[in-house]
Amino acid sequence: MDLFEHVGDGGGAGDNTPEFTVSEIAGTVRRILEGEMAHVRVRGEVGRVVHARSGHLYFDLKDDKSVLSCMTWKGQMAGLDLMPEEGMEVIAEGKMTASGFSSKYGLNVTRIAVAGEGALMAMLERRKKALAAEGLFAAERKKPLPFLPEIIGVVTSPQGAVIRDILHRLRDRFPRKVMIWPVAVQGKECAPQVAAAIRGFNALTPGGALPRPDLIIVARGGGSIEDLWGFNEEIVARAAAESAIPLISAVGHETDTTLIDYVADRRAPTPTAAAEMAVPVRAELIAWTREQEARLLRGVRQGVERRRQRLSDLSRILPRPETLLSDPRQRLDRAEARLGAALERSAARKRKTFEAVAGALRPAALRARLREAQRRLDTCGGRLAPALTRDVALHRDRLGKVRLRAEPLVLRLGRGRDALARAAAALDRCEAQGRLRRRDRLDALGRMLGTLSYQGTLARGYAVVRDGAGAVVTEAGEARKNEALEIEFRDGRVPVRRG
Amino acid sequence: MNGTPVAEMSFEEAMKELEAVVGRLESGDVPLEDSIKLYERGAALKDHCQKKLAEAEEKVALITTDADGNPKGLQPADIK
Repeated sequence: MDLFEHVGDGGGAGDNTPEFTVSEIAGTVRRILEGEMAHVRVRGEVGRVVHARSGHLYFDLKDDKSVLSCMTWKGQMAGLDLMPEEGMEVIAEGKMTASGFSSKYGLNVTRIAVAGEGALMAMLERRKKALAAEGLFAAERKKPLPFLPEIIGVVTSPQGAVIRDILHRLRDRFPRKVMIWPVAVQGKECAPQVAAAIRGFNALTPGGALPRPDLIIVARGGGSIEDLWGFNEEIVARAAAESAIPLISAVGHETDTTLIDYVADRRAPTPTAAAEMAVPVRAELIAWTREQEARLLRGVRQGVERRRQRLSDLSRILPRPETLLSDPRQRLDRAEARLGAALERSAARKRKTFEAVAGALRPAALRARLREAQRRLDTCGGRLAPALTRDVALHRDRLGKVRLRAEPLVLRLGRGRDALARAAAALDRCEAQGRLRRRDRLDALGRMLGTLSYQGTLARGYAVVRDGAGAVVTEAGEARKNEALEIEFRDGRVPVRRG
Repeated sequence: MNGTPVAEMSFEEAMKELEAVVGRLESGDVPLEDSIKLYERGAALKDHCQKKLAEAEEKVALITTDADGNPKGLQPADIK
């Protein structure tokens, strides 16, 4: 039995398990895998991405431990809303497949989406930084909007509130020619269509059958970040940055800022606001033009009026020629009338003066005056020499009479000597008399002194009482206090003891 | 006064020059002959501005594209 058993089973436990060929097992694995996991969603970070020349897309999804090979076939590419980029957090959908050829399994991805808003925002930040680094957001790149565009190109959906809001506000302010380039404003067609529309408007010829607009508005209403995502795509941002036509972006609500807003020349918070930026208010311009017209007319009228006024002012100030000349003319007339008489009077006056002078100038009169003068000169000349001689003789005579004598001097000397002697005698006398007078006076004073001194009093019978020290005692009480007293009499002192 | 023919001017150019012309006339320091010329230029600019303002016509059209997305033509848009 054992033998048979062993032979039949081919040896060992489980020998009854059927045998597979390699291809059979590969096909079985594939069938199980694809049968069990025909539709899965996998969340992970995109790793390496390869766009194969064949048109297929290969990429990795990974987490911290594992890596999953993913592929999307060429025919499936059109269905992808999002192209995976390395570092992107995504949710990939598809079926698992296994390849018997290389013993590998993978995920055939047919849909792919960014995993959550945070991941989208992170991706947007990365793009923003990259474009900012290229200088696409620089303020000096911004073009000024035309003051009054003739044709406005609008890139948006022809349906919905956005285009209506724009057209209404344009109509209110300044109706214009508007060309709408219809585009998908969400989904995978959005970005390529918007970019193509911006480029397409720029490629038109000014004034052509399809005239080139002089302003572009790219508009879309509010929506989720995913809805607006097309306006965050790099191709849209680049097309807007390259636009030679000034461009206003008005995508989403005021709080949503998409990549195109950074590169647009102006960003409008709403489609209505974009229309307001695009055109001025016609009614205001009409009013302004009327005002300019009035000012123009007033300006030119005032210019003329001012000159007329000035002319009239000046002509008032300017005197008439008659009045200007009348006064000098009168003066001339008066002067002319007086000229003849004045000339005659003047001549007569001068003639008279001349005659008075000329009368004195007759030759006879002059000769008489000359003779008289000659005579006086002769007389004086004759007297000059004798007078001098006489004067000299007189002075010589007086000099002879003057002589110096001694007698008067001797006489005066004698008189002086006598006077001196007399004065000396008088001095002696005065001196003697003075000495006598002084002695008498001294005697008298001596006598008076004797009379007035206490000794004189003692002589008249009075006595002086002194104490032991010799001091004079004048009070009875004081005398009582002293044991020993001394009484001075005229001729001496007697000691007294009180008993 | 620049030499650009008024008819070729944009509204904004005409507007700016008109403003300058009015300013000069009002300043009163323009010789009489010049002020007449200035007035004539100003009047032409004003007419041009008014003409541009009168040309306020709304015309809305949709661009049609061919299969490659290239513009093909215009079709009237009926957007109320």
